[in-house]
Amino acid sequence: MANVELTNVRKVYGSSVEAVKGINIAIEDGALCVLVGPSGCGKSTLLRMIAGLESITDGTVKIDNKVVNELGPAERDIAMVFQNYALYPHMKVYDNMAYGLRNRGMPKDQIDKRVKDAAQILELTQLLERRPKELSGGQRQRVAMGRAIVRSPKVFLFDEPLSNLDAKLRGQMRVEIKNLQRQLGVTSVYVTHDQLEAMTLADILVVMNAGSVEQIGAPLDIYEKPASTFVASFIGAPPMNLVPVKADHSGLVLKDGTRIGAEGLSIPATGALIGFRPEDLEVSAGTDTHIGGLALDLKVLGVEPVGAESYVYGIIGGERVVVRVPGRSTSNTDDQLRVIIPKQKLHLFGADGKRI
Amino acid sequence: MASSTRVTFPNKFLPYLLLAPQLAITAIFFYWPASQAIYQSVLREDPFGLSTQFVGLDNFRRVLGDPNYLNSLQVTVIFSVATALIAMALALLLAVMADKVIRGKGIYRTLLIWPYAVAPAIAGMLWLFLFNPSMGTLAYLFRSTGYNWDPLLNGDQAMVLIVSAAAWKQISYNFLFFVAGLQSIPKSLIEAAAIDGAGETKRFWTIVFPLLAPTTFFLLVVNTVYAFFDTFGIIHAVTGGGPGKATETLVYKVYNDGFVNLILGDSAAQSVILMIIVIGLTAIQFRYVERKVHYG
Repeated sequence: MANVELTNVRKVYGSSVEAVKGINIAIEDGALCVLVGPSGCGKSTLLRMIAGLESITDGTVKIDNKVVNELGPAERDIAMVFQNYALYPHMKVYDNMAYGLRNRGMPKDQIDKRVKDAAQILELTQLLERRPKELSGGQRQRVAMGRAIVRSPKVFLFDEPLSNLDAKLRGQMRVEIKNLQRQLGVTSVYVTHDQLEAMTLADILVVMNAGSVEQIGAPLDIYEKPASTFVASFIGAPPMNLVPVKADHSGLVLKDGTRIGAEGLSIPATGALIGFRPEDLEVSAGTDTHIGGLALDLKVLGVEPVGAESYVYGIIGGERVVVRVPGRSTSNTDDQLRVIIPKQKLHLFGADGKRI
Repeated sequence: MASSTRVTFPNKFLPYLLLAPQLAITAIFFYWPASQAIYQSVLREDPFGLSTQFVGLDNFRRVLGDPNYLNSLQVTVIFSVATALIAMALALLLAVMADKVIRGKGIYRTLLIWPYAVAPAIAGMLWLFLFNPSMGTLAYLFRSTGYNWDPLLNGDQAMVLIVSAAAWKQISYNFLFFVAGLQSIPKSLIEAAAIDGAGETKRFWTIVFPLLAPTTFFLLVVNTVYAFFDTFGIIHAVTGGGPGKATETLVYKVYNDGFVNLILGDSAAQSVILMIIVIGLTAIQFRYVERKVHYG
């Protein structure tokens, strides 16, 4: 058990390519921290720096209040689950799990006990004599997990461990990883580009973009109060709608020139973006004026029924938006709808993309 | 199952026509000489080549009872094992080192592959010029340090010389395959092993080396065949089988007896035996060694 603390961590490749630009994250003992972001945002590099597989250009990484910058991967007492599982193909499942313990000179009977216990937890007991080649994707995933937990390390590191599985299995394994992590109470850092995985797994969520942290917080806090347009459009599916507005003397003007009532919003002179989640729109039945909300006209471009809900795609003020309606939508293409965004559900972002 | 995936040609003769060039090459350059050798091995020819006589297995009996032949067999075993081992071990070492080089990787590899482009006889001459006791540059250095270097008189030194030359030439080839083999090992496996607490040496022997096994096995077969057959040029240029018969391998003896001494029957019998030895060796390698190989 240990906490993990990153202070001003930087990674520079060559002389000028800055992959990670001064990151500060503190992860409490036993918490699961998810690093999420688009590919190339530096999340994997950061994880590999914690693991000791990548050198740290600047800043400090602390595990259990001890600076580990100069320690090799083996001395940091971490275990890592790789995206491709990285199972040793020439070893049986048992040996794959025992390898790390043998290297540390643990007595045979203890190794045996640990491997069998881990196999029990992960339902691998029947598979111990097989080779990785003879296992399915989900089973390999479990072995990779098993190899991590037998060592009972201070920190688990996960590098997109579920991205090679099909959608159904991914959902299953997600729940299992969460439960296992809870049960073992081992501090974990989990890298993914899948926002759903990030939302459901994280105790503490770190949204990264272009080598920097955009926002850190509890998943739902981030969902409800995204710090920037990047976070707003990255977290949540379908993403948050963003409609640019400008203020003039008599009210607000949308991109295509449509005028709307200001409704008490204060828009900076440089313009702003109004953000609203697809599920936060109310489709108004008639032309009744709604109090305390922003009323907008939406032209329907198309409707996607997905079963429990429908996505209505349309245009508001020249900007494409999506609305989430429960059940089946009665709208048709080219319909004009009046939608209302309750004021407390409105997000406002400045021209620089930062939340106002 | 097989019939469903079978390609059917519109013309019955087309597939045979397409195979013909390869079949012709195999027939002309392998089956024909091989059958000639078998045919010759049961004949005896008089010294002037005027008459031949069927003698059954007499040639084989005489060859196998000849102490010179048994000596040659021993020389071949020592030479082949040493050449294959040294060529493979050094190539593996170089490949592992080259794999770690980050800057100028391409240059290293190119330089290490060049010796393969040198023809065997030329390679032999190079080594001869370096180590010939009367004119060799390195031989001169050896002697100036007080070491009595004379491969023209000392059989063991001659053996060392041809083993070095033969191995040197094969290292490039092995190196190329080992580099490719090393590259095909996923980096994450090495990283996982590093996290699992295995030091560099341990990682090599427990992860890298076992995963290289298919490459190593392939090279073992190729190097054995190389040491047996393709080293003729080197031996011919460097020692000519001497001093005495200290470096006369089986192939060299076939040449000596057949083309120099013109004992065609004996020579043919030897090549048939050689053929059987190589077939046997390859079979053994595939049957016993390959079992330990794990294909990824």
